[in-house]
Amino acid sequence: MTLIERSPEGAVAIGPIDKLLNLARKHSLWYLLFGTACCAIELMQTGGPRADADRFGMMFRSSPRQADVLILAGTITYKMASRIRLLYEQMAEPRYVIAMGSCACTGGLFQKSYAVVNGGDLFLPVDVYIPGCPPRPEALLEGLLVVQQKVAAEPWLKKIQGKVPAKPDPALPREC
Amino acid sequence: MEASEIKKRLEELLSSELVWKIGEKQTGDGWVEIPLEKWTEACRLARDDEKLLFEFLRALSGVDRPGENNIELVAHLFSYRHRHAVVLKTKVSRENPVAASVCSVWPAAEWYEREIFDLLGVNFREHPDLRRILLPEDWPGHPLRKDYQQPASYRGIPTSRPAPEGSAS
Repeated sequence: MTLIERSPEGAVAIGPIDKLLNLARKHSLWYLLFGTACCAIELMQTGGPRADADRFGMMFRSSPRQADVLILAGTITYKMASRIRLLYEQMAEPRYVIAMGSCACTGGLFQKSYAVVNGGDLFLPVDVYIPGCPPRPEALLEGLLVVQQKVAAEPWLKKIQGKVPAKPDPALPREC
Repeated sequence: MEASEIKKRLEELLSSELVWKIGEKQTGDGWVEIPLEKWTEACRLARDDEKLLFEFLRALSGVDRPGENNIELVAHLFSYRHRHAVVLKTKVSRENPVAASVCSVWPAAEWYEREIFDLLGVNFREHPDLRRILLPEDWPGHPLRKDYQQPASYRGIPTSRPAPEGSAS
C-alpha cells in the first residue's frame, strides 16, 4: 500500500483491493470461546486484560456463526470430535483453526488412550499449531498473530471467485 | 466390626461358607467373595442387617482377569452407623458376562453399572437403564477388556498418528 498524501483530515492511501480488505479482516479476528480441557483456562486468560487480545481486534464470540477462528483448546475425545466438527461447519467462511497445546496437536499425553483423538488435524483443517502443555497466553497470542499474517497474505478476491483451491479438509473425501 | 466378623455375619445371613481373602502382600483391604447367584441377596442383607448396615455404596467397579477367564465385580461398602467398611467381590464369566443388578439395593449403583457395562461389557439383569455412559453409542467393543483391539479408525478419524521422522518411538 502506498501512502500518497497526508493532510490534516487524514491520510490517503492507494493499494490493491485485496490488501485493503485483508487489512480490515485481519484486525477483526473473532474467536469462538470454546474449550475442551485445561487449555481453555489459558484461552480465557488470553482474552483478559493482561494478554489483552482485544488490542489486535480479537474478540471472543459465544456463537460459532459470528466467529472466524476456532481454537482447539484441550484434549479432544472421539465423542467430542463430532461436536467440534459441527461447530466448525456452523462457522461462516473464511474460517481458521488453531490447534492449541500438545493434545490438540497430537493427542499429547493421552495419545495412547482409546478415547482421545491423536490430533485435531485428523478431522479439521488446522492452520496453526501451538505446542505447550498448556501454552502460555503469550504463545496463543503469537499463534493468533500468525493467523493474521496468513489472512494478510491471502488473495481474497481470487479466493471468493473460486480461483484458489480450498484448503485440504481431512474430513472430506480427497480428490486424487 | 472387624473384617473377619463381618465375613462371619454374612455367612450366618446367607447360611453358606464364604471365602475371605487378602492381597499377596498382606496389605490393604481384604475382601469377601460372594457366589454370583447370591450377589444381590448378599448386598441386600449387608445393607439391611442390624449389625452390618452398609447403607453406603462407596464404589462399584469391574476388573478384567483374562488369566482366570472372568471379570470381577468389586463393591466397596461403608456403614456410617457402625463406622466399618468391607469389600465384596463376585466373579462373572468372560464369555457370558451377566450379573444381577444391585440398583434395587443402592440406587447409586445405576451409573456404576452403566460404566462397567460400557467399559467391560457386563450385562446387568433388571437394570433400569442399561446403556453406555461414557463412550458414544456406536462405539465398537469394550475398551477395558485386556484383549481389546482398537479399530484403525472411528467415524473416519484415524486412531493412530505416524511418529515424526527421526523420533525415538
